[in-house]
Amino acid sequence: MPDTLVALYVFVLACFIGYFVIWGVTPALHTPLVALTNAISGIVIVGALLVTGAESAGTAAEIIGFFAVLLASINVFGGFLVTNRMLAMFKKKDKK
Amino acid sequence: MEISANTQALAYLVSAILFIFALKGLTHPSSARRGNYYGIAGMAIAVGATLLGSEVQSYGFIIAGVIAGAVIGSVLAAKVQMTAMPQLVAALHSFVGMSAVLVALGTYMNKAQAGLLNPVLMGELSAGIVIGAITFSGSVIAFGKLQGVISGAPVIFKGQHLLNALLAALTVALAVYFGLTESVWALVLMTILAFVLGFTLIIPIGGADMPVIISMLNSYSGWAATATGFTLGNNLLIIVGALVGFSGAILSYIMCRAMNRSIINVVFGGFGGGGSEASTSAVAQAAEKGVKAASVEDAIYWMEDANRVIIVPGYGMAVAQAQHALKELLELLEKRGVEVKFAIHPVAGRMPGHMNVLLAEADIPYDHVLEMDEINPEFATTDVALVVGANDVTNPAAKTDPSSPIYGMPILDVAKAHNVYVIKRSMRPGYSGVENLLYYQDNCSLIFGDAKDVCEGMVTALKGGGH
Repeated sequence: MPDTLVALYVFVLACFIGYFVIWGVTPALHTPLVALTNAISGIVIVGALLVTGAESAGTAAEIIGFFAVLLASINVFGGFLVTNRMLAMFKKKDKK
Repeated sequence: MEISANTQALAYLVSAILFIFALKGLTHPSSARRGNYYGIAGMAIAVGATLLGSEVQSYGFIIAGVIAGAVIGSVLAAKVQMTAMPQLVAALHSFVGMSAVLVALGTYMNKAQAGLLNPVLMGELSAGIVIGAITFSGSVIAFGKLQGVISGAPVIFKGQHLLNALLAALTVALAVYFGLTESVWALVLMTILAFVLGFTLIIPIGGADMPVIISMLNSYSGWAATATGFTLGNNLLIIVGALVGFSGAILSYIMCRAMNRSIINVVFGGFGGGGSEASTSAVAQAAEKGVKAASVEDAIYWMEDANRVIIVPGYGMAVAQAQHALKELLELLEKRGVEVKFAIHPVAGRMPGHMNVLLAEADIPYDHVLEMDEINPEFATTDVALVVGANDVTNPAAKTDPSSPIYGMPILDVAKAHNVYVIKRSMRPGYSGVENLLYYQDNCSLIFGDAKDVCEGMVTALKGGGH
């Protein structure tokens, strides 16, 4: 099986996982969900690292890669931290 | 240390599983923080495995980029106000989009250098660039509308749909031409057109449809990551992109259902202009229309001896920052033995779940905050419903008047409560521009004023009063 087809298999199956996992998320946490998916979509940083660090990368590619790393890393740090900040606020009634 | 490609692939698998558990954690507030930590672990493993792999040979630019991004991201996350959450999210979406575009361009340059271009790769590259670019410019427009830099009103002009269709067709044609000829000019032109397309797709959409737009762009940012994964032959990116893509798609669906509109209608509708500003005084207008105006004391009189009070917050509460005053109101009423609950409509606010976060910020326990379907049966046995800056989502016309534009939209059954008090700044209609029939009911009175001032007035009255 060619690689692209394997990738397609992975993609379609991942879609099913996404579908079932997301329907389980409670509506009260939809804003943290968006923030967390923001952080997770920062996974493009992996692509950015591969471009920037590649042996064949010229200066232009390295500079483009630098900005890709920068933007993706803002997402990763900003997304996870703000999600954590929000989730810390969700409390049950404190027992007095 | 350098790890083999197989070890790297296994690490990516672990990382993908951790991301799935991260999302799974959001099933309940009690497991949510653990979920977030799973996510962080997944990301750390993914980045670590990439850096240790054989493909990454130089680290200077990478370290600089990560450190700069870490500083900017951390500051943004620490400083942002909860009311401004939708803007932050829009900004982050735009970053993912742009990053995906840059990765695709960089990959093109590296592969061209190494002589490894082929039509399949170029097709995948084009997909990454187009989706990423649309995500970027669309999110920038969404950010501008949320921040008030651009007018939130829908911008509609003749031939809009034709223009979008034309742009889309041209973009695809250029992508195909690029795949066949490796023409750099086709690549550049395609990229520019995709940026323009993101702009023209989002500009016609009104501010009140933001919950759908935020969700849609969230979805796009996921698909952008997936396209990048196909380009690089990286399964982790494909999996994670699909998770995020579906998250946004399902949220869009939930938001549309809560407005009884199709996604097509939202995307192409240009709905939600908002009414014109009231010219005469609100109270005078109300009298003209046969609406009762009430004072803070009137409302308190009924609330302090009630068995149950339901508070219905809307975007007006967020704008006025009234959530902290509501928390005090909650405590004072509970001290008097009143049961207080909060009712949330799915599209209240400017993004999915916006109200829940604002109430949580004010330390209101989440078990007091109920979703529409849970709370609706309780209104009929509720003494007082207090509506704070919500409008269309309480309009009984959605159930009773088939000619109303909002007919069929699920609403909170506020009208069924024994007494209804609505805090409003003016008689201005809600974003749909539809008159709210609730206000003309015998059991409903309006308290005119800023949501925060009125709620603070209630708190003072309850503290001082004691009747």
